[in-house]
Amino acid sequence: MSDLVSQFGPLWGTLAVLGQILGFVIVLLISLAFLLLMDRKVWAAVQMRKGPNVVGAFGLLQSFADFFKFVFKEIVVPAGADRSLYLLAPLITLILAFVTWAVVPVAPGWVIADINVGILYLFAMSSLGVYGIIIGGWASNSKYPFLGALRSAAQMVSYEVSIGFIIVTVLLFAGSMSLSDIVALQDGGFWNWNVLSFHAWPVPMFLVMIPMAVIFFISALAETNRPPFDLPEAESELVAGYQVEYSSTPYLLFMVGEYLNIVLMCAMTTILFFGGWNSPIPDAFVDGWPYLAAQAWHFFWFAAKVVFFFFMFAMVKALVPRYRYDQLMRLGWKIFLPTSLVAVALVGAAVVYGPQG
Amino acid sequence: MLASLAFWAFSGVAIASAFMVVIARNPVRSVLFLILAFFSAAGLFVLLGAEFLAMLLIVVYVGAVAVLFLFVVMMLDIDFAELKQGFLSYLPLGGAFALVLAALLAMTVATWQASDQAESLRAAAMPDGMSNIEALGTVIYDQYVYFFQAAGLVLLVAMIGAIVLTLRHKEGVKRQSVTAQVGRDRNEAIEMLDIKPGQGIGE
Repeated sequence: MSDLVSQFGPLWGTLAVLGQILGFVIVLLISLAFLLLMDRKVWAAVQMRKGPNVVGAFGLLQSFADFFKFVFKEIVVPAGADRSLYLLAPLITLILAFVTWAVVPVAPGWVIADINVGILYLFAMSSLGVYGIIIGGWASNSKYPFLGALRSAAQMVSYEVSIGFIIVTVLLFAGSMSLSDIVALQDGGFWNWNVLSFHAWPVPMFLVMIPMAVIFFISALAETNRPPFDLPEAESELVAGYQVEYSSTPYLLFMVGEYLNIVLMCAMTTILFFGGWNSPIPDAFVDGWPYLAAQAWHFFWFAAKVVFFFFMFAMVKALVPRYRYDQLMRLGWKIFLPTSLVAVALVGAAVVYGPQG
Repeated sequence: MLASLAFWAFSGVAIASAFMVVIARNPVRSVLFLILAFFSAAGLFVLLGAEFLAMLLIVVYVGAVAVLFLFVVMMLDIDFAELKQGFLSYLPLGGAFALVLAALLAMTVATWQASDQAESLRAAAMPDGMSNIEALGTVIYDQYVYFFQAAGLVLLVAMIGAIVLTLRHKEGVKRQSVTAQVGRDRNEAIEMLDIKPGQGIGE
């Protein structure tokens, strides 16, 4: 970003950055529309239904139809609600979901802001996501949303801790907090991805990193309030949790923010453990390709992995029954936290005393 | 130019929101303004080149501490109109305290003397070719590692103290024992009965 400003001057550089951001957001939203459809289709297929199939061929335009339905409905603000906070909450969720994407590298050099504390920024912004939920639940002035918000806040804060430690294990390998560096380390074939960690050979780090990848995936489910950890919404107990009172566009903003966070967690799993935009085979041969073709090659692998993990999210939603709240807390604090702490110690020892240290 | 624009925006928002923390009628709004103030402070840190501190400020204060504040404040059951009634009667006393504090601050700042080397030392806080995190790491974990560990031990003692003070074992609380649940097998869970027609199981 600062490159553009120094290249074109403050005014045009800023405009160029804004253009980049606008393009990124549009691409993100359109892919989100189809990912949402995919979520519903997978869910339907598991239950032997057809899913949305009316709007457009195979229901491809269903998400757009839903969008217009939400936008044209009336916004209902409950009596006694804190009006401004009530409308601010979905905006907070949406904006935080978008700003987090600023540091995600989708192909070599294709990132809006390649800052050197990238992963900490990701972690910080995703820890703020809890505010949209708490404020929304409180400002609704109603019991069920408030209960849902409290449960959600406690859940997200708990699982952030283990996510933080898992991130530290990856950081220790890369020796850098920049997401581009973390991806660059996993170059040269799937065995170099952090989940298998053959770049640390002869230390068998895959024994630690495969469980870490699994724990990260499960924590990501809890962090984004997805089934089997969808206790904040729990439609059988809390109606729909913190968003009971929301309708129309504010509800749409909540949903878009939530799904953006889910896709972001898929992207984080990809970047931290599964090589980001690296292909699973040694791909030195793309160096000779034209610039755009090479970028498209890398982007394809990034997108394919993200879609795969999104598919896994959808399958988990379809297959796994909901956890009880105390089980959820026990899993986070008593199992994931100690396990990831031990993993941090092991990885630290491997980095210091291993062949690279 | 962009940096100075950002500086004025962040500092303006920080001061305005700090002011709103004090005058907001609703305590939940006060906490939310406090969060906004933290956020702008983090922005100022970024402008100073201390991006690691900025991110820590957001993760620790905004992401964790302020959430606890918000929890507590939301649970309060207070009539805010009643709370504000005593405001005018306490105004003279509160104003006097504020004046004394302001005078003390003014006296301190007026007699402040920076050493000649302070300016150059501040500029050299971070060695060349080292990132923020690396520089902090060498200071904390190499140069002052014993002090750092001692601080950690003090916190550990505080934590253990808090747990000892509040830990109570209640009688008659049903707890889940996962090992007992998993260790249960068919023999102790299921009993085969041969039921005669018309008799039932009985007691």
